[in-house]
Amino acid sequence: MRLAPLSVLALSVLLAACSEEPAPVADLDFQKDLQTQLIKAKPGSVIEIPAGTYQLDRSLSLKVSGVTIKGAGMDKTILSFKGQKSGAEGLLVDASDFTIEDIAFEDTLGDSLKVVGGKNIIIRRVRTEWTNGPATENGAYGIYPVQTENTLIDGAVAIGASDAGIYVGQSRNVVVRNSRAERNVAGIEIENTIDADVYDNVATGNTGGILVFNMPNLPQAGRVTRVFRNKIEGNNHKNFGHKGTPVASVPAGSGVVINSNDDVEVFDNDIGDHKTANVIISSYFSTGYTDLSTAESFDPYPEGIHIHGNRFGPAGDSPDHLELKALKVSQFGLNGRLPDILWDGYVNLDILVDGKLPADRAICINNGEAGMINVDGPNNYKNISTDMTDYRCSLPPLPAVKLASADADQGA
Amino acid sequence: MHRLLLGALLLLAGCEQQPAPLYLPQGDNYPETLSEWGMLQRADGFIAPVAEALPYDLNTPLFTDYAHKLRTVWMPADTAASYGEAHFDYPVGTVLSKTFYYTKDAQGRLLLNERDDRDPQRGLELARVQLIETRILLKQQEGWVALPYVWDEQQQEAHLEWAGDSRELSLLNAEGKTQAVAYQVPDANQCAGCHEETAGQGVNPLGPKARHLNKDFAYADGMHNQLQHWQQQGRLQGVPAELQGVPQNALWPTPRAGESLEKQARSYLDANCSHCHNPKGPGRTSGLLLDPATAIGISYGLCKQPVAAGKGSGDRLVDIHPGQPDKSVLLFRVESVDPSIMMPELGRSAMHAEGVDVLQRWVASLQGDC
Repeated sequence: MRLAPLSVLALSVLLAACSEEPAPVADLDFQKDLQTQLIKAKPGSVIEIPAGTYQLDRSLSLKVSGVTIKGAGMDKTILSFKGQKSGAEGLLVDASDFTIEDIAFEDTLGDSLKVVGGKNIIIRRVRTEWTNGPATENGAYGIYPVQTENTLIDGAVAIGASDAGIYVGQSRNVVVRNSRAERNVAGIEIENTIDADVYDNVATGNTGGILVFNMPNLPQAGRVTRVFRNKIEGNNHKNFGHKGTPVASVPAGSGVVINSNDDVEVFDNDIGDHKTANVIISSYFSTGYTDLSTAESFDPYPEGIHIHGNRFGPAGDSPDHLELKALKVSQFGLNGRLPDILWDGYVNLDILVDGKLPADRAICINNGEAGMINVDGPNNYKNISTDMTDYRCSLPPLPAVKLASADADQGA
Repeated sequence: MHRLLLGALLLLAGCEQQPAPLYLPQGDNYPETLSEWGMLQRADGFIAPVAEALPYDLNTPLFTDYAHKLRTVWMPADTAASYGEAHFDYPVGTVLSKTFYYTKDAQGRLLLNERDDRDPQRGLELARVQLIETRILLKQQEGWVALPYVWDEQQQEAHLEWAGDSRELSLLNAEGKTQAVAYQVPDANQCAGCHEETAGQGVNPLGPKARHLNKDFAYADGMHNQLQHWQQQGRLQGVPAELQGVPQNALWPTPRAGESLEKQARSYLDANCSHCHNPKGPGRTSGLLLDPATAIGISYGLCKQPVAAGKGSGDRLVDIHPGQPDKSVLLFRVESVDPSIMMPELGRSAMHAEGVDVLQRWVASLQGDC
């Protein structure tokens, strides 16, 4: 099944010469054709889209399992949604055994590629981008699998999302690797997800590089995430997220942010050039919400956190958020720096044994000279401490994610 | 031009052969044209449900850009649906049709109103309505199938359009102002996107359920409660003898005596949101549940932080802030017409001012703080 190449590109070029920023002309035939193929696809169907830039003005969607969508390359086959009139995403997939590769989604009104609730999802060499660069009016998520199982995101590129470039929500068994997240609010965000490996990625120019979050009032609490061998550098972009969203509380200049999540191992990464901190460990309480807005079952405390063997570059010289700025100046002087790791200091008092967290629930920093500052959020920054004594520990390594699609691809 | 068209219609009326209702229990040889379904008939410039099909409407309907809807249900001879409080079980072969249209004035201008303009005997007067699309829901052995048919300008025929369609319309309101509507006919997947209210269970009817149908309707022979009428017609089994026990949403736009503001708001959210925002629906990923079974608490949005709303949060911190509609994400999203912000995501391009008004008044009436 091959789609007819089209002449809309020529038309757009022609129009572009006449006036500034003309509304793109959607190629309605291409759009109708492609959507019809998506509707009539059968398990095993491969929908190939040849090289070209295609203008679309409404969302695409797929509900048939076992379908592959293939472009000619993330810089060759481009679905442009500039001027989109309807639909909250570029492509919405509600199906299993889905593969999409070698294609780009540009300038969608809302999310670019959303996959809801399927199993065995492969997103390979897909680019999602807002071509105007970072802007609050950009869509929220680039690559957005949610409530999926067995998901591989490999060699993707995500640029300019007003929330997260690559966002994995409420999923199980996930690998995100060899991908690049640039100039989003959050580069890569793993949220309420169980068993995720995030490795060999580059996160740069975002507000926060890689986030591992848990949010309340959702069917699944996340745990067990490994973040390793990534290059997480220079994530200092002003936060352009929307208030009320989880990422809006992320200070500009954050490398890795762990919020309310449990069993998170961050190791062997290159993390540096972050104005606030290379690593932030925080609870839901630091996101500006109160007990009133969480269900009782929600655990807001980050526990079982292990930071080890990372190579930290300079950080903490000019933190975002007024409290942190004041704190830095008062504790470390005008020209000083915050330590590499910043912790808001919230612990679940109910589980303390002799005043300490049980070993497997601990926060462990085993990263050479790197220091941690406990800003004592619960007491309004009263007893700020850089004493590492209780936090110099190790936790057993977390198990690697077992994902057939990731193994099959190794070295391919 | 207009007179010519009318003439052509009159000419055609009466001489068309009306096919019998189509029974299609299996297979995918769906008709390319709506008339092949045999659900609607034309006579003397009117279009109306065929005698074998029952017209119906709903207490509080889904808002779709002020379109009026002519709904019909047809079941194969000697079959009936069985009553359930949450949903009915329809026999294989059942066809539901929903025709979206606007009323027209004498100059042919489309009107914005919520009047019921259907003649119980004769149906819709073709000269006074503009038919836009007819959606078919067909129950087959494998499950329900959703099929969108788009009407031609002359209102002669509607054609199956798997990939949907769009129309730029201008509606004239009672004050003489026009409102532009970028009407979107959903594609077949988008139909299923809303109608699959339980993930993994495929498409199901949303409207014809007890709480929506439990109302009086003007039939050709007078007003009857729809559930009782269906039962009397042999189309519904197991309706409770006492209608008191049958759930009933508030009547839109004018509530019945005693239907509270909360009931109106919940009925509105039920009809417009709960097909996705229920514990097993596509909107479950947000944690916001607006189905009738969810109590008014965090899950219903009260003081609940949005999860993945993105710019849909509108810089507001919680879905519903008691007493403060302008601090509530819910209001921000139902007021918006930006496809990346608005709720529902599909089915409208205009704001439903009257619906927003009910929700605003309800949120304003809530006590407490976050």
